Amino acid sequence: MKTAYSIALAMVVLLVFGAPQVALAQTDCLSCHDDKSLQDASGNNIGVDAHTFASSLHGSMKCNDCHSSIKEYPHPDKITPVVCEKCHADEAAGLAGSVHSEKAEHPCISCHGDAHAIFPKDDPRSTVYPLNIPHTCGKCHGNDAMARKHGLPNVYPQYIDSIHGFALSKEGLLVAANCQSCHGSHHILSHNNPQSPTYKSNIPKTCGTCHAGITANYLGGVHGKAVASGDLKAPVCSDCHTAHAILQPTAATFRMQSTPICGSCHKEKLSTYRDTFHSQLGSLGGYVETARCWDCHGAHDVLPASDPNSPIAPANLVATCGKCHAGANASFVQYQPHANAHNRKLNPALYYIRLFMNLLLAGVLTFFMIHTILWLIRSRYHQIKTRSAKGGKNG
Amino acid sequence: MADLEQAAAGNIAQVHAGERYFVRFTRAQRYMHAVLFTTFLGLAATGLPMRFSESFWARKFASGVGGFGAIIFFHKFFALVLTLAFLIHVRDVFTRSWVRREKGIFWGKTSMVANWKDVKDLFGHMRWFLGLGPKPQFERYAYWEKFDYWAVFWGMIVIGFSGYAMWFAPFFARFLPGWALNAVLVIHSEEGLLAILFIFSIHFVNTHLRPDSFPMDMVIFTGVESEEEFKHKRPEEYQRVAAEGKLESRLGIQPPLWLVNFSKVVGFTAIFIGLLLLVLTLSAYFGS
Repeated sequence: MKTAYSIALAMVVLLVFGAPQVALAQTDCLSCHDDKSLQDASGNNIGVDAHTFASSLHGSMKCNDCHSSIKEYPHPDKITPVVCEKCHADEAAGLAGSVHSEKAEHPCISCHGDAHAIFPKDDPRSTVYPLNIPHTCGKCHGNDAMARKHGLPNVYPQYIDSIHGFALSKEGLLVAANCQSCHGSHHILSHNNPQSPTYKSNIPKTCGTCHAGITANYLGGVHGKAVASGDLKAPVCSDCHTAHAILQPTAATFRMQSTPICGSCHKEKLSTYRDTFHSQLGSLGGYVETARCWDCHGAHDVLPASDPNSPIAPANLVATCGKCHAGANASFVQYQPHANAHNRKLNPALYYIRLFMNLLLAGVLTFFMIHTILWLIRSRYHQIKTRSAKGGKNG
Repeated sequence: MADLEQAAAGNIAQVHAGERYFVRFTRAQRYMHAVLFTTFLGLAATGLPMRFSESFWARKFASGVGGFGAIIFFHKFFALVLTLAFLIHVRDVFTRSWVRREKGIFWGKTSMVANWKDVKDLFGHMRWFLGLGPKPQFERYAYWEKFDYWAVFWGMIVIGFSGYAMWFAPFFARFLPGWALNAVLVIHSEEGLLAILFIFSIHFVNTHLRPDSFPMDMVIFTGVESEEEFKHKRPEEYQRVAAEGKLESRLGIQPPLWLVNFSKVVGFTAIFIGLLLLVLTLSAYFGS
């Protein structure tokens, strides 16, 4: 038994190291493939940049470690494709269950680039180096035709103009969120999958890996509590900030668009806000100082007025309104920023004032409209009839 | 009307081919009207984009004049000028009635205060519209002119008060209840809308575009009108002044051509802007 084992071991050692017709050194292959213009019968480029390959992650490996069907020289024209899974089994397993599981459409090199120029992910030459990832993913996810085909938004332009995109492309911040920070890499799941980091209820945790303070605030507010208790109608980070086109929240553009976002759920509140001076001023482009929802309600830790920590709790109103209105006092904060002049029960004084003003407006205009029209007809008739001054002045 | 006679006294009576001109408005009154319509157009043009802030033209206009900050700046600027003009008018009325003891300011044939004749004229005029009676013989200010005056007077107080209450809300909150701060916006915008709709449709037609004055009543710009126009439009005043033997003292000069042309340019520009704002207002009102 021991003898047989020894023979087998010797054969394996011989197979791997000893037999020249099996183990081909890089130099053997490069004697042909170093020619970068080398092409096969179908016109595929089969040249290898020896220098780049030597410095790459796989540079110490022999060619047929990957091109395992080649055992000798000369080799057949048709060779079997390289199987990365042989070594990278975990990544392959992750990919298999992901949205990119269709192998023919998503070969490893579609993200990792030139197979002979693969670098570690912290090497700036790598296609999966943090600063290069958006470009790598954008090759497909910045392509309109591809987006249409799969019913996906064309996210690359949205991302690249977002605050994350700017931090990454303009500032070169390695900590700026890139695609992989939120979506993961090999095991990317649809946002409909409860396991996905982009599934609605997982988003606060996903964003919280960087934005820990804000997430803690959010989880203490009504929206965070609702989501945590399973109410998926309540907003998570991306409902207000969007997923990819995230803007600097203090910038005018975001201030201008933030109100309708809250209003998409709080319709009644948006409608009454629209009737107030805050909204009328705020709707006109270029003026962003007037109060938006979150100036009064808070942004992440939104709390009901009944909570003493809420900025709209009665005891805090003077301070909250006072942020903009210097000199705000107890009477001033009785102002109702969501008053409804059409609701007699909630705002009776306002209701009757509006009614009076409307009746006055309608009454005056109706009376004078009739008066003026009759007058016009009559005086023109009179003018023509008397024919004085040729129907011109003073008829 | 001492002030009219004073205004006329500065003129050398001229007779052109038998046509005489009579003074209706003093220089101060004409300037007051000019300030009134200039600031009113300014207030309307800067107020409407706020009232209809959701409409397509509001944002374009706002960004055109330099954003909302510029709009509210001009709105407040015009408001201050108009307030000043209003105070000057009130002081003028006070001086004439209480200091100079002038008669006929608060009561009488030349007063702006409505009287029984105005009620009769209103119904008489309506009967005439329908062909049921003779045309009323109007005095110095006809009932619709008095309405215009009091509408502006009331509007000035209501819009002015509610506007300043918004401008200085924390100050007004010291003596107004909280809901009043909600009410002032409703009052300000509805009264403003009424003023805009009224001036740009009813006042324009009643005063300028009706056949008797078409296309524009120049008297508010030149201060004078021809004898024929005077007799035709306000026969009762003409007869009263003639009976008092004061026609001569009301004589003015025919307005120079440059003044007529200048007034036409200014007047038609104002009417054009007014009608444009009217169209925008109606489109926003019915479009939303």
